[in-house]
Amino acid sequence: MKCDVLVIGCGVIGASIARELSRYKVSTIVIEKNNDVGEGASGANSAIIHSGYDPKPHTLKQKFNVLGNPMFDQLCEEIDVPFKRIGSLTVASSKEEIKELKKSYKQGRSYKVPLTLVTQKKLSSYEENISSDVKLGMFAPTCGIIDPFNFVNHLIENAVDNGVILHLDEEVIKIDSLKSEFKVITNKDSYVAKVVINCAGIYSDKIAFMVEDISWSIEPRRGQYYVIDHLVSPFVNHTVFPAPSKVGKGILVSPTSAGDYIVGPSNEDATDKDDVTTNIDSGMAIKQKASQMINNIPFRDEVRVFSGIRAHSSTDDFIIEPSKSHPNFINCGGIESPGLSSSPAIAQYVVNELVSPLITLEKNPSFNPRIRPYVRVKDLTSEQVCELVKKDPHYGVMVCNCEKVTLGEILDLYKRSIPINSVKAIKRRLYLGMGKCQGGFCLPKVVKSLSEYLDKDLNEIVYDSPSSYIVKEKIKL
Amino acid sequence: MREVDLVIIGGGSAGLSSALEAKKQGIESILILEKEDKLGGILNQCIHTGFGLIEFKEELSGPEFLDRFITKIKQEGIEYRVNTTVSDITKEKVVTYFNSEEGQVSVKAKAIIYSAGCYERSAGQIELGGPRLSGIITAGSAQKYLNIYGYLVGRKIVILGSGDIGLIMARRMTLEGAKVECVCEIMPYCNGLNRNVVQCLEDFNIPLYLSTTVKEVKGKDHVESVILVDVDGHQNQILGTEREIKCDTLLLSVGLIPYVGLLEKLDLEKDKRGQISVNQYNETSLKGLFLCGNCLHVHDIVDYVVQEARSSAVGATLYLKNEIQDEESSSVIYDSNISYVIPQKVLASLLSDITLKFRVRANIRDAYVCVYNNDKLLKREYHTGLIPSEMVMTTIKKEKVKPPINLSVRIETK
Repeated sequence: MKCDVLVIGCGVIGASIARELSRYKVSTIVIEKNNDVGEGASGANSAIIHSGYDPKPHTLKQKFNVLGNPMFDQLCEEIDVPFKRIGSLTVASSKEEIKELKKSYKQGRSYKVPLTLVTQKKLSSYEENISSDVKLGMFAPTCGIIDPFNFVNHLIENAVDNGVILHLDEEVIKIDSLKSEFKVITNKDSYVAKVVINCAGIYSDKIAFMVEDISWSIEPRRGQYYVIDHLVSPFVNHTVFPAPSKVGKGILVSPTSAGDYIVGPSNEDATDKDDVTTNIDSGMAIKQKASQMINNIPFRDEVRVFSGIRAHSSTDDFIIEPSKSHPNFINCGGIESPGLSSSPAIAQYVVNELVSPLITLEKNPSFNPRIRPYVRVKDLTSEQVCELVKKDPHYGVMVCNCEKVTLGEILDLYKRSIPINSVKAIKRRLYLGMGKCQGGFCLPKVVKSLSEYLDKDLNEIVYDSPSSYIVKEKIKL
Repeated sequence: MREVDLVIIGGGSAGLSSALEAKKQGIESILILEKEDKLGGILNQCIHTGFGLIEFKEELSGPEFLDRFITKIKQEGIEYRVNTTVSDITKEKVVTYFNSEEGQVSVKAKAIIYSAGCYERSAGQIELGGPRLSGIITAGSAQKYLNIYGYLVGRKIVILGSGDIGLIMARRMTLEGAKVECVCEIMPYCNGLNRNVVQCLEDFNIPLYLSTTVKEVKGKDHVESVILVDVDGHQNQILGTEREIKCDTLLLSVGLIPYVGLLEKLDLEKDKRGQISVNQYNETSLKGLFLCGNCLHVHDIVDYVVQEARSSAVGATLYLKNEIQDEESSSVIYDSNISYVIPQKVLASLLSDITLKFRVRANIRDAYVCVYNNDKLLKREYHTGLIPSEMVMTTIKKEKVKPPINLSVRIETK
């Protein structure tokens, strides 16, 4: 198969670049090794759009975070993704932290990030439950919360609607450099591409190694999080960070775009690139640190603990550049936080600055920046529900009671351009099974629906990866 | 807006028996709303026997037990909707429901009995170390896959938690050819009924490890093994006691939690455990809203659920007939041996006998259950042993309780 551009990896960077490319008459293929998009760090992070005060000056992290942040309003509106600028409050208790916070303030102002310092007296008007140990705060109004799953899902859906080809469940195993092209060999097929863009996340060093010796590598760092259910009475209104320290941005406490609350992450060495384990010791440390900022966090209403892997690069910055020896092989490596916040700016830069000198970018006249809107029954009025149910009774069949998701919404996913291969793919798109009962009631129904859609037996339905079966064997006819 | 005297939310055993009782008490306008495609609730998937020993003096399976109630509901012509989810309940008792025939509709209820049952505590709510794997599943979900869909979730099973559904599933999966390696329980006592320990574990040589928990799960995509660890008296893991057991499934039976999410925004009065408080008619602090069944507190056996549901129906009837006059109530006090008492509150005048239901925190031998009003002993009952997994019930005759009412429950030993 021949194409102009081959993108390896469909996390937030691959999806953003693919959508950006779909504005032009360019044939683009995206290869993703998992059976769904956004499986790596893109689906397991703080889900924060950072204001941009934190990264060190003259770094790519700083440049793209500050450029990326303002792009989210229009982008999320176009691709129908929940996004809210709730603002962040960075807090300091000790003398040392106060010094660091003032430094951050000065640094952020020099980047033109809107920031205000908040004295101890005024802190409680921002956060009722702020700890009395906190002496100084810094408010950043442009910080936002986003639905990280659907950001990636909708970006790539829009890209595919505009002509990009997406191949899931396909892994790149070898890249041969031809004269002015590359031959990319996967476990299923081979492709000839004029330009290859490496967006392989935690494995971007491995992919880069396929074309040349590189001087950088990816060091996996594990971050553990807790999710607290939306049924608790609200206890925090902004994203609350501790003052930055050497080990990063620290443990945050924040509402999420789904109405839940998130607490984390830890920052630990991962044993390997797939080490998404969680453990009690890190959990205790996370809870203790979070409680130093916000009082009475209702951990008893915790519904989930998870870990994500940061693709930390040995250079300590994003690597966004053509390969030294192959100018038409573009690396996007080391994209850890603030990678999500930077992604729209990175995509524009890669396409406009790095791809455009290599191939002619002629506008795609049929490019539509919008995706077909998603129906969210829980947000509708009774009149709207009645009307909808009259047209399609499936929207009157509640599947997930905790998060209020209907069968109609599941069936709609099957009609869209991204194939649904797993239970988790449905869960991450509709938030079904993410509530109090964590799918105890609804997941069996989802498994059944998926088996009908895929025309497979129940024991062939997987939770996420191909060997993650849910039921083992049929016992009776 | 349509008006209904009594809306019953949840058509399981609690909802069905409260509907029948309300009808018997003379309430004509009743509407049962059930989210699943048939009446009956969770007992539909409980195909083992042991239901109805008190109610029918017979040992029935779940579906058989239900059938007797559902038949009567139909005979009595009580109105019900299946495949119907309640999406909202207001303080004015407007109930909004949702189905594929009507869309989203609101009805004005004069009284509500909320009997929505409970859900299972899941992996996310317990500190389970290890990666995100498939093959960690709650016992009730595994029961649904097996008894409703006809699929075994795995062949080599470790069960964490000794709740009754876990014990029942240990036997059930063994009978279908799976190997249940063990049941481990973090507490020093079993959380399930003794009869289930005997009939589901001992009869099948399945070991029960007390003071033992799962430290972490291992595997790549699906569970491949679990690490068990002993715990001390404070549930702290004891280093050096870890051992690995190969399995393909970790079944969780680690507690049931009342399903009351819909009621959160009503700001109902709660007890110190954070559970909704009720008076002797199982009425909440919102007058005319009654609870019963596992959404009020988790029961050991369905026969007790039926009894509780009936008293909620009696309460709803009194409310509808305007016969509950008191506004004043007092809290039921209990000592530190007891984890909770239902009802939490008692209205100042008693129209009927009062049944107190409670659980102890730990095993107590040779115990006297004592009920006092103010400091006057009303009842002293000997029990050879009290255990947390068995609910204690004691009924006080209304004539014995002289105002002012200030009931307390104490456990006394020799």
